[in-house]
Amino acid sequence: MAKNIAVILLLLAMGTLFYNLADNFQAADSLNETATYYAENTADEVGTANIVTAIVVTYRGLDTLGEVTILFLTAAIVAFLLKGNTSGVERETRDSSELLKTAAGVITPLIFLLGAYIFINGHLTPGGGFQGGAVIASGLILLLLAKPESKAATGLFAVVESISGLAYVALGIAGIFLAGGFLDNSILPLGKVGDLMSAGAVPVIYILVGLKVGSELAGLLAKFHSMQGDK
Amino acid sequence: MLSNILVIILVLLMLASAITAIQAKELVVSIISAGLVSLLASVLYLMLSAPDVAMTEAAIGSGLSTIIFFYVLNKVRGGENG
Repeated sequence: MAKNIAVILLLLAMGTLFYNLADNFQAADSLNETATYYAENTADEVGTANIVTAIVVTYRGLDTLGEVTILFLTAAIVAFLLKGNTSGVERETRDSSELLKTAAGVITPLIFLLGAYIFINGHLTPGGGFQGGAVIASGLILLLLAKPESKAATGLFAVVESISGLAYVALGIAGIFLAGGFLDNSILPLGKVGDLMSAGAVPVIYILVGLKVGSELAGLLAKFHSMQGDK
Repeated sequence: MLSNILVIILVLLMLASAITAIQAKELVVSIISAGLVSLLASVLYLMLSAPDVAMTEAAIGSGLSTIIFFYVLNKVRGGENG
């Protein structure tokens, strides 16, 4: 009884709070100062058609580097805690259904293509390295579910991840020497806004981020997958 | 106006699946409904013109984290809440 009263009181308090928030809310009828700057200067300074990408990769590029580092740390901790199947005993797996196997064969290449499309076109259309990488990892997990006995190439994932991470930081440092500062994208020619080969280093950085995030998430899921059999 | 009605329907569905996730007896049902909350949230993000966030939410929130929950559930099964 006392618990129910507490829950009702809590709900009432939250309701009051959120009602005030909704009641006092007024949509801004013009962009604020920072947003105006981004909207007016992105095309000239960065050359991306997608302003969100310009903010994520260039104006706030250091934050993206931090996010990638956090993801790397997570993957490293999971790899440290889950050692995988070390018993050497072949695990017994139930055969997955014919439906799943056939569908995985047809759909997985398309999922990989979509993932690559998302991060290659990150500077033109919505999406980018993180989204594309996550899509690629979900395609890989579909493959693992269709063929539970197969082993994912976790060593290859580690190599791809390390190389793309290093190249990302190296591109950032190249910006210090060749352009305006760390992670400046104008080390490559900016090109025409809207072209695939435009926006300087942004597409290169997003391809690297996509490969890194994809291999990190895929390696993480493959670790969980390989843990399933042993006791 | 029409989009407002759609948003309200989406939010009510999200609330319903969130409550299902808490109240369901079977953990499998809880995991599926928690994934459903993310999926509906990603549609909502798309309607609020944030396609970048919607993509991340759909791929990670409703895809990969649901799979990880299933792997962990399969691993801990046989315990108290089996």
